[in-house]
Parts: sequence; structure tokens; C-alpha cells
Amino acid sequence: MQLIPCPWCGPREEAEFHYGGQAHVAYPGDPSALSDEEWARYVFFRENPSGPFAERWSHNAGCRRWFNAVRDTRTHDLLAVYRVGEPMPEVTA
Amino acid sequence: MTSPPGAHLPEHPDFLWDNPEPKSSYDVVVVGGGGHGIATAYYLAKVHGITNVAVLEKGWLAGGNMARNTTIIRSNYLWDESSGIYEHSLKLWEGLEDDLGYPILFDQRGVLNLAHSLQDVRDSVRRVNANRLNGIDAEWVDPAGVKEICPIVNTSPDVRHPVLGATYQPRAGIAKHDYVAWGYARAAHALGVDLIQNCEVTGLETVQGRITAVETSRGRIAAGKVALCAAGHSSVLAKMVGLRLPIASHPLQALVSELLEPVHPTVVMSNAVHVYVSQAHKGELVMGAGIDSYNGYGQRGSFHIIEQQMAAALELFPVFARAHLLRTWAGIVDVSPDASPIVGLTPVGGLYLNCGWGTGGFKATPGVGDCFAHTIAHDKPHPFNEPFTLERFTTGALVDEHGAAAVAH
Repeated sequence: MQLIPCPWCGPREEAEFHYGGQAHVAYPGDPSALSDEEWARYVFFRENPSGPFAERWSHNAGCRRWFNAVRDTRTHDLLAVYRVGEPMPEVTA
Repeated sequence: MTSPPGAHLPEHPDFLWDNPEPKSSYDVVVVGGGGHGIATAYYLAKVHGITNVAVLEKGWLAGGNMARNTTIIRSNYLWDESSGIYEHSLKLWEGLEDDLGYPILFDQRGVLNLAHSLQDVRDSVRRVNANRLNGIDAEWVDPAGVKEICPIVNTSPDVRHPVLGATYQPRAGIAKHDYVAWGYARAAHALGVDLIQNCEVTGLETVQGRITAVETSRGRIAAGKVALCAAGHSSVLAKMVGLRLPIASHPLQALVSELLEPVHPTVVMSNAVHVYVSQAHKGELVMGAGIDSYNGYGQRGSFHIIEQQMAAALELFPVFARAHLLRTWAGIVDVSPDASPIVGLTPVGGLYLNCGWGTGGFKATPGVGDCFAHTIAHDKPHPFNEPFTLERFTTGALVDEHGAAAVAH
């Protein structure tokens, strides 16, 4: 089973984690100003790259905290993990 | 002097299709040589007389999800929009063997969609009623009825997820996925379509908002129209023209057991426990799982998904306890937000999109091939795929099929 390095707990089995999709998707600053098109972008459209992808994970069966990871979607290799609020690290796939 | 090994064997039979060098230009280039791509090319040639067509496949023909699905065919979806296209497809399946002149082992052995909770029961009965209003065969069966249709299902009330009943579609069934692809490929080839393998599209060329060519690993190919049938890789292709899609690519795993005597007469699907099972003609139990939660392009998934799937299968079918696993695999499925496909025009002139079928594209192969070919030929959606636009995510006219699709397409 794949090990995911929780930035608080260290490496744990993947089954302890919950996936949260793309990271760094901010809630709209002024929601009432958004057009239908912009709402659609926010609600339904996410990056779906073949390669490094910044995404959210929650260590559900451990510390129960959310964190971010950069994972290569082709190999499932975790290239970096970092805490919420930290900038996305530079990675090379 | 001895003869070389194999000299006594008969000549290799004729190939079902050729492997031509790509021409410099085609009227229509279909990207993706899976079931949908080949079927689209076939109907373009057969129905619309457009034969200057190439299907470009980056790997080998029908080696992606067409080789990896669990071959379930049914049309018991909830909404009118879905009923339209899936039932159209099922009707084409019913005549496909004759149409293609090729055996596809289409077997209408029925499908049971199990209900395990009061909410499941209510949703299922509603879906049966909706199906009947749309002229689709559907009935509600109680646990005794489930036992009668499929005697090996555990209908005892003292399990974690007891079977409270099921929807039953008698006209549903399975087909031999490889034969379907080969039948379409053979027929498309006979009509003049070029099937080009080992040809990866690396760029899409546009001039003033209109598609003009595709760049490939085997050179530039000019195209009057380009049709994307790339399932899990649709986002990557669409991005080449700056088009974002509301889909996520996930691994979806399936597995087969060793060959067994016939024990399973139908198809059984259970959303609640995340498994769907049938028995292939030659005897393997074919079981599909739910998608892996994370995005992935690697055609493999996580082991704990298989473990959960097996636990579910054993609870439903205690008789499987001694069966041995033969192999597992994964395909990359393109999951859309409303569990319905995206089939139609794009903001780029001459570029057409067919994706978002998620875990359930196989059953749609003839239907979407027919409708997508119509869309390409007329530059206008066929009535059956008109509701499945990319714009619906902006207008809000979603076709929410999570209930009928869920884990188990």
C-alpha cells in the first residue's frame, strides 16, 4: 500500500487518508459579482493534469488535519507535502 | 533437414484491418481508437458517406478502457435525456451483430441493481417507474424475486447490507468487448477508414478559431474536422486548444477470477457495497470496483479498493469464497460532475468533443458512435446528445445520474 507522508504524523498508509481534490482553489472574494460563467468555473472546473498536481489530503484516521501535496498523477509519486497556508514548493517531476 | 519451429502451423489468417501510413490530410480525424472512436468512424462512413477518415490511436487499437471495462450493457437510467441516448444504444446493440457481420457475443441476460436501504428502495422504485414511462423494460423485484433470478445472491436479512429488493432490466446484458471493437474496426476499415495505431496526438492546430490539423508523433495531419474520443485523456487534449473541461480522470479497477463452471446467470450490481459482477462466457467472474478517489493517469489503482470490493462480493455471493483471483487492472475514466457525458460542439470550429462517460462508456458505444457521427457530419448535435453539452455546467441544466450511474455503470 502506498505511504503518504503526512506533514504532521509522518508516513502512514494511504487507507488512513481522504482525498480532497485540487488545492489552492480560493472561494470567490465577491461571490455576488460573479457571472454564471465564473460560478461554473469555480464550482465545476478543476485542473486535471497528466503530471504534477497540487491537491488536498486529509489525514482522516490520524491527526484529522488537512494538508496539501504535489503528486505526479502518472506515477502516483508524492513529490512534496506541505501544510495548509504554505506556498506550493518547487518540484521536478 | 528439419523444418523450422511452427512450419506445420497454418498461415496466419487475414487481418481484420490494415495498418496504413497516415495520409497528409483527412476530412475527419478521430482522436482515440477505442470503442467510441472506432464506432464514430464507422457510422461516419456508413451513415453519412464520409469515408476520408482517420482514427488515431496512441497505443494499440481498443487497448484502453475498451479492453478494461466490465462489459455491462443496460439503459435503466433515471432522466429522459439519459433514457434517450442509452436506450438508443441498447436498440443498436440488439441489431449490432447483423449490422457488423461479426460475432460480438451480445447476451441479454438481464441486470439486477440491488437496493440495500429504505432510500435505495425508494430511489429504485422511482427509477423503475421512470424507465417504464420512457418505454424501457424495468421491474421491481423483492428479495425472493432476486433469489429466483440469481440463486447465488445472499438474500438473508442478517448481513451488514441486506438485500431489500432490486430493479431488474431483462434486456440488459453483456457483450465481448474485444469482439465489439474488432467488429467495428473491421467494418470501418472495409468502408475506407484508416485505423492508425502508435500515433499520439501532441498538438491541435487552429487558424482563426477553427481546427486545421493535428500534430502527431508521426507528423502533421491536416484535418477538416477533429473529433475527440479520448476518455481519460480528454482534458490533456482539450488543453491543447485552451479548452478546460469539468472532468477528473480517475483510476477504475476491475478484476477476474479463474475460470469456473457457470454459476452466475445474470448481472448483479450494488451501489451500496461497491461491486458489480457477471460471469464471462468462458467462465471468469468479472467484477468491477468503485473509482479510486484520487486523480490518476497511471492505469493502476490502490490495493485497498480491491480489498473492499472483494469483501462486498463475498457478502453478496458467499459461494465465491473459494474462487481465486486471476488478475486485476485499471483504466482511466473521465468523471463528470453530474455523472453524465459531454458530447457535442466546442468553441473551436470543427472540433467536437465526446467525453465524460466516466465509468459507463462501454454500453454507449453504438449509441454515441451513431449520435457523435451525426454531430460531426451536420455540425449540429443529434437530438439524443443535444442535452449533453459542455454549456450545461454554466446554464445549470445538469443531467444528474449519480443514482443510476454511481459506482456501477
